[in-house]
Amino acid sequence: MSEMLAHLSLGFGVALTLKNVALCFVGCLVGTLIGVLPGVGPVATIAMLLPITFGLDPVGALIMLAGIYYGAQYGGSTTAILVNIPGEATAVVTTLDGHQMAKQGRAGVALGTAAIGSFVAGCAATLIIAALGAPLTRLALLFGPAEYFSLMVMGLCFAVVLARGSILKAFCMIMLGLLLSTVGTDLETGQERMTFGFPPLSDGIDFAVLAMGVFGFAEVLRNLENPEARDVVKSKIGRLLPDWNDLKQSAAPCLRGTLIGGTLGILPGNGAVLGPFASYTLEKKIAKDPSRFGKGAIEGVAGPESANNAGAQTAFIPLLTLGIPPNAVMALMVGAMTIHGIIPGPQVMTKNPDLFWGMIASMWIGNLMLLIINLPLVGVWVKLLQVPYRLMFPAILIFCSIGIYSVNNQPVDVAFTALFGLFGYLLIKLGFEPAPMLLGFVLGKLMEEKLRQALIISRGSFMTFIERPISAGLLLVAVAILVIALLPSMSKKRDEVFTE
Amino acid sequence: MKKLVLGLAAAVALALPAQAQSKYPERPITMIVPFAAGGPTDIIARIVSENMSKTLGQQIVVENVAGAGGTTGITRAVTAAPDGYTIAMGHLGTFSAAPATYPGLKYDPINGMQTIGLAGGTPILIVAKKAFAPKDLKEFVTYVKANSDKVNEAHAGVGSVSWTTCTLLKGQLGVPKLNSVAYRGTGPALNDLVSGQVDFMCDQIVSVAEQIKAGTIKAYAVASAERSPALPDVPTTKEAGLPEYQIEAWNGIAAPKGLPKEAVDKLVDALDKALNDETVKKRLLDLGTVLPTKEERTPAGFAALIKRDADKLSPVLSAAPKQ
Repeated sequence: MSEMLAHLSLGFGVALTLKNVALCFVGCLVGTLIGVLPGVGPVATIAMLLPITFGLDPVGALIMLAGIYYGAQYGGSTTAILVNIPGEATAVVTTLDGHQMAKQGRAGVALGTAAIGSFVAGCAATLIIAALGAPLTRLALLFGPAEYFSLMVMGLCFAVVLARGSILKAFCMIMLGLLLSTVGTDLETGQERMTFGFPPLSDGIDFAVLAMGVFGFAEVLRNLENPEARDVVKSKIGRLLPDWNDLKQSAAPCLRGTLIGGTLGILPGNGAVLGPFASYTLEKKIAKDPSRFGKGAIEGVAGPESANNAGAQTAFIPLLTLGIPPNAVMALMVGAMTIHGIIPGPQVMTKNPDLFWGMIASMWIGNLMLLIINLPLVGVWVKLLQVPYRLMFPAILIFCSIGIYSVNNQPVDVAFTALFGLFGYLLIKLGFEPAPMLLGFVLGKLMEEKLRQALIISRGSFMTFIERPISAGLLLVAVAILVIALLPSMSKKRDEVFTE
Repeated sequence: MKKLVLGLAAAVALALPAQAQSKYPERPITMIVPFAAGGPTDIIARIVSENMSKTLGQQIVVENVAGAGGTTGITRAVTAAPDGYTIAMGHLGTFSAAPATYPGLKYDPINGMQTIGLAGGTPILIVAKKAFAPKDLKEFVTYVKANSDKVNEAHAGVGSVSWTTCTLLKGQLGVPKLNSVAYRGTGPALNDLVSGQVDFMCDQIVSVAEQIKAGTIKAYAVASAERSPALPDVPTTKEAGLPEYQIEAWNGIAAPKGLPKEAVDKLVDALDKALNDETVKKRLLDLGTVLPTKEERTPAGFAALIKRDADKLSPVLSAAPKQ
């Protein structure tokens, strides 16, 4: 304990210099802005800002880049809530209840809850990293391909629970998402699959392209069709910040979300994307009245938002303690560290303690700053809802297009987004929800990759998923979730039998 | 009056070519890196281009165009207008291995582009999980040959440097069908090597050096002619008994074919100056990079290197089983 305090005081000593506080602020501000702009993600932004950090010392540079990353998680919820566009995979769940709250005139409350939830999660995650970072590293190493596959199966079962309406339709959308994820070059053999010989498809479909299409573009199309729908949002803005009741309602979901998101964030291979989905599923399952979910339940914002911020932060653990990046943004951080002459590895903590602890301390400072930046901004964001359609829609489309282009610098990506926009509109018209499809899409790639890796290692034996205890445990949870989700009608009947 | 006009016209006509010559570059140059930002090629591109910008007096903007093992970005770069404003930083994979790996490749690295020069060589290491039975490279060779049905090799995906170099190794060892596990990038592959899920892999020194120093994985040999100063205890393949396995994952600059000579000369000069700069040198050496020789810094020297490695790799890669 005293050791941890000594480390933290070293960290705060580094992070609290005027220059590093300023860099942290710049990072958080830029992060919030790119999070709010649909489509412009932290990967593209950090890549663009990388050369600017050449002149800084490594600690300062990394503090700023890290600020952009978790700042984007804060900002991402804003677009999800206000205009129903998830900027990142982790914000997909926030659209479900967050946007509904906005439609009911509770946009301010939703934004406030998201900000406060993220802050609490950020603080908790900072403490977790400081106290348990090194021992938790072992968790990342316990997860081989087999465990990972079982985790993904569990994740897919969450998607069934996500459904607001028909479970059958949700199931179809998951399958479609899985199918879309298989487009592109086969990882093991290098063969092209379902690309029709069309080169831009050879690397598969990008998440941003799909999400901006079925959420962003499609949402604009839908709103053009019935302009009065948003007038509800326009007329009633309501309270700007959550009141005591809201806070009380979100406290427990927020803590549970932090725990779930923080744990999944440590896993390699972008386990963090599962965090918000898992948290949402849990909240919906333990709620007294699950039918409120999807219609503006505050728990559906507080839990997932805490989970995604906690996950964003604990994702630094494998990078800082193992030197192995768990996702694309962290891979970029590896690049940033390498350019600054610090090659990440298991020894960063002992070789560069000022960098390690300075970054951790700066994360807490950054979270505080984000709260200070975001709470006053809630009023500004909510006012955005009053911007007339004729200005708002072109702006959304332009920002989406710029954002998508910035991912790979490929014009064809923008055209694909437009196509997915039309497709998304069709889905809305037919009553299919895009969220389960996106989850299927995100998990599909990982799932196939891990399934094949596990089977190659086990020489084709499926027993590997059951013989390995963690994998078996995760599969059991998956089965349990499915049973609970699919049998409510049965249990209802049984209750009736018992009461008679 | 007429004379004056004629005289002026003549003067302008005479002055124009000279002016045009001194003009390049008059606007920022795009350097396409065909991989995601933060990877080994991207880092070398950023370190070198920053210094080259100073010499050229115009900013070199690094643009990451990832996809299809780097061939998407190189295709875009070498099919661009040959005006010197689009250049590319490619590597062993995109320039020497790609023709054998991607049958439908839309560029010809040997005859269809203007090479500028090599930016740096990155040694390749054979590394294994800590608990892997063989103690040294000789034992490794015997063990892998004897247990080819049990050993698992990891790589970062078809077309990647680790896949290319390990396919060469497997070809030379006579075990081309060894179980190979594909990952999406070096990071996840390394993760499973550290945790012992897979047995061994071949990869660039910059990705594995810190893990070797920390003892989380072990190194059998470096596939270069000389030991790397970054890992002085790791023997070369020559010393350890597998002299035919010599391969480096170099990175170098190329441009579209038909580039004006002065643009080529200026770029070659800027690259050479960058590689002579003390800060750049130190940064590259810290990454474990081998600085290119005088010869390799020239267009002809770099082209020869591309051809040499293409000749070495294509028979193995074409014959590699695609499972």
